[in-house]
Parts: sequence; structure tokens; C-alpha cells
Amino acid sequence: MKIVVAVKQVPERDAPVRVSVDGRGVDTGDAWTMNEPDAYALEEALQLKERLGEGEVVVLSAGPERVESTLREALAKGADRALHIVTTEDGAESLEERDTLGVAQMLAEAVRGESPDLVLTGLQSDDLGAGQTGVVLAELLGLPHVTLVLSVEASAGAKQIRVKRELEDGWFQHIELPVPALLTIQSGGNRLRYATLMGIKRARSKETKQVEATPAGERRDEVVRVAMPERTRQTEVLNGAADQIAVKLAERLKAEVGI
Amino acid sequence: MSVLVVMEQASGGGWHRISREALAAGKRLAAEMKLPVAAAVLGTPDSVAMLAAQLAGDGVTTVWGVEHSALDRYTADAFVAALQQLVNEAKPAFVVFPHTYQVRDYAPALATRMSEVLVSDVVALNVSDGLATFTRQWMGGKLNAQYRHTGSGSCFVSVQAGSFRADVPEASAAAGEVKQFAPQIDATQIRTKPGEPFREAARTVDLGSAQVIVSVGRGIGEQENLGMVEELASALGAELAASRPICDAGWLPMERQVGSSGQTVAPKVYVAVGISGAIQHLVGMKGARTVIAINKDPDAPIFEVADVAAVGDLFEIVPAVTRALKG
Repeated sequence: MKIVVAVKQVPERDAPVRVSVDGRGVDTGDAWTMNEPDAYALEEALQLKERLGEGEVVVLSAGPERVESTLREALAKGADRALHIVTTEDGAESLEERDTLGVAQMLAEAVRGESPDLVLTGLQSDDLGAGQTGVVLAELLGLPHVTLVLSVEASAGAKQIRVKRELEDGWFQHIELPVPALLTIQSGGNRLRYATLMGIKRARSKETKQVEATPAGERRDEVVRVAMPERTRQTEVLNGAADQIAVKLAERLKAEVGI
Repeated sequence: MSVLVVMEQASGGGWHRISREALAAGKRLAAEMKLPVAAAVLGTPDSVAMLAAQLAGDGVTTVWGVEHSALDRYTADAFVAALQQLVNEAKPAFVVFPHTYQVRDYAPALATRMSEVLVSDVVALNVSDGLATFTRQWMGGKLNAQYRHTGSGSCFVSVQAGSFRADVPEASAAAGEVKQFAPQIDATQIRTKPGEPFREAARTVDLGSAQVIVSVGRGIGEQENLGMVEELASALGAELAASRPICDAGWLPMERQVGSSGQTVAPKVYVAVGISGAIQHLVGMKGARTVIAINKDPDAPIFEVADVAAVGDLFEIVPAVTRALKG
């Protein structure tokens, strides 16, 4: 079974976030990491390959040169090879300037060349959080899809797979679908592995192929303004030494809880 | 031209709770854009008639009852096919969805099939000079980004739970027109075979009725550190809860999760320890009377809904609070 996993490189969770000078974007510094939902998708792909005892996991990412560190991380965790869709860092051809459809079109072009049995990706990105790339990609590729998948059951050479999907309010559902197919993976269905030293070493000899990004088309939406959110409550802010904060918190808690 | 709200049914009948919020958002957008409001309900002929009639009395000008046997148990293929045909027929300026799991599954594909994009997970809308903008959150709620639709077709948006006050039917509203719409759906178009929904195990923890909750997030770092949060909870007589990443990691059972994929809570006091406050978490605890948040990041979105914001190191503050409570 050949599995393509589409991953996004996103700013690290604790990285300081500021509105960019033009007021329409974000400055994030230069601490980057693999989008966590995509890490769950990669893990599901690696476990699936291990269970089947055969297959290939190809990791795919779009972005400027810096995304190579994320691809290397995926290779170190066990992906067999990597595909890097190279975009510019800034400007009209960058990842940020493409809308959801534009990003998915770029990914679709690269996936088509691979003809995989399965395409996996995270259910959403930690930065823009649109939660759409996987579904749009499936539509562009003409593949059936299931979102919010917690686990995948497949056997080698089978034309049909069975997945467990998370529904709302603690409900689940099994869904059967033919391959090739696209699945977006929900976090928590598996446990993420760390790259081992051996894995990191092996990754050095694995192939990363660079492909040129397709030209950015016209956007169907535009970001007109980015701003820090306004606070909706009157908030009492406690700063300073931890023990002083703790005394004030304890007083407030005693009053509120009635201890 | 209209604002078309695609209502979602609840699995047990009636409306999904976010549907009435999406209807409220759609009505506001329609009023400000000076457009009529239309609504659609999809299902089998049996399930649609009553809900459509109800909408017609809710200040909706046109109600589309979209009926087909293939719309009984949800599949993305049937919903996309049906709604594509409806949008082609009704030609709405805007299509508004509730941001449910189901909508996340099909609305992006529908927009794509119509060469458009979906502005998803919208928390606010604004109209000025006849132009609508929709606010989405970036970076887990650290930034708000306003989007404007620039495509030539319908503008598709989905609204986040809890962002718009649910619509209350107006008794005086003029009755709207109910139109039946029978889409062409061929059984061979439906590629997925959905099974019966099931639950894993009965919930043994009812956070919904807890008066005091101490909830822990990613900031706790390691499973070994949970002890100090448990001690704080026990000193307060509180239930212990968590944000999704803690349950994903298996550090606490899934049934202790608060948020859009977990339980919705409304305690007197909610203490958020090391929780950044992504929208998925906030929708589960916004109903708390008093929110006390401890986080080292002064820009953490949890502080936007907090009554008391303790900015500092939870590993120092939490044990000190527990000592002070006991002392």
C-alpha cells in the first residue's frame, strides 16, 4: 500500500505571534514545527505500513526551503521518501498568499504523480485552522474521503478499507470506502513516536525530491485585516512573584467556592 | 439573490444546536445586506416536512425541503450532490452553515465543486458599505483575521458554535413559502458506506453538573506533573478536567475532556491550568460563571475569557495555591 502523507510546517506553539506590518498577515519569528494533527496522520501511515508489513510512506509538504526540516523529521520517524513543493518565502507565489483551493491544487498536482492508494493528512492546521485542505484535495483528485478518522483497518492489496470516524458528543461510526481514498486524521487515535538516533541517521540517505510549485491562481477570498482579539471580560490580571499571585488566587477561590 | 442557511438536523431529531445559531447569523447577514433569508433542510421526505414547516414560521422567506432517500444517513457524496443542485437552482449570494463535524466533512468539497472556497469556522461577521467581512481565528485564537469573499459565485461560510446567539422564532413573522426540492442522486455516486453510530462506553463522569472544575492543558508538560493539579482539585473539592491534547496523550481519560469534541460545562468556577484556550476548548467552557486562568503566556487566548488572569509559572503557582487553601 502506497501512502502519501501531506504535512504542513507551522509556527511553534509558544512562538510569539504579532500582526505583520501591513496588517494583513502574521509575523511568527523562525521557530517552526510539524503541524501536530499532521504528525498524527504520519503516525497512522507508519503504523499501517508496519501492520501490513509492506508498502511505502511518502511525506509531502509545500513551502519555502525551511520546510525541509519538517520533511527530515518525518523521514527520521520512518517515512520512506519526501516530496517538497517549493514555493517562495513571500509574495504572490508563497503559501500564505494562496487560498485553500490554491494550496490544495498545488498539493493535488504532486499527489497525482504518485498515484497512491491512500492520502492522509491532519484534520486541520494549528496556524490557520481552516480544516479544509484534505477535503478539498480529495475533491480535486476525485477521491472519496472521510474526515476525523481515529483508526484505519486495511489489508494488503484490498480494494476496500474500514475506518473509525469520530462524531460529536462521544459518538463514533465505522465507514467503509474503496481505495484510493483520502482520510483526514483526528488526534488521539494513536500515540506519536519520537525519531530515534538511528532514524535520524537513516533519514540522511533518504530521498527528498523537490518539485516546482504550480503558479498561484486568483484567490476567491482575501484577508483584509488581522488584529489581536479584544477582551470580552473585565479581567483582573495578576503579575509578579508566584507566591504573591498564589495568595491572591487562593483568597479569590475561597470566596468563590465557599471554603 | 438571498442568504441561504443550510440547517442541520440533530441525530436524535430536531435541530442540531448550532443550526439555530447559524440561522441567527444568516438573518443578521441578510438584514444588513438587505437580502431575503432562505433556509434548507435535507433528509428523507418523512423527516423534512415537519422541520421545513417549522422554519417557514421562523421569519424565513423561502424554505427548501431537500428530499431524497439517499439523504437519510449522511454521506458527503449525497450531500454535496444535493446541495450543488440546490445552489444552482436558488443562486444564493451567501450560503451559511453551522460549523459541525458533518459540515466540516462536506462543505469544503461542495465549495470546491463550485469553484469557490469556504470561509470556515467564522466567529463574527460585519457589513459596512454593503461589503461583508467574516472573522476567523488564527494561531489557536491568538489573532483574528477578517476575510472578504472575492469569487464570482456564492460565498460559503460556516459559523462556529457559541459565536451567534441562537435564533428565537418570532411569533409575528410572516409565514414563508415551503418549496420541495428533489435532487437527482444516483446510488452509484455514493462511495462511502457509513455504519450505525456507536458509543465506546457509558460516561462515568458528568462534568456538566460539576460546580467547580480544575482543568489542565498542554502547559503541564509531563504526565508526572498532573499530581499537583489533582491536589489543587481535591483542595477545592473540584472535578478534574482537561483540554484535548491531555486526553489524546492518554494522560487522562477522554471522558474528562472539555471542549467541542468533549463535554460542555457551566460550573460556578472554572480553573484553567496551562490551557492556551483554542476556540475548540473555549466553546466547551464559556458558560462558566467565573474563569480563573493560570498561564505563562500573557497573550494566551484563555485570558480573553478569564475573570482572573494569573500570568506566571504554573509549576510555582499551583502548589502554592494548594498550600494556601489548606493553610
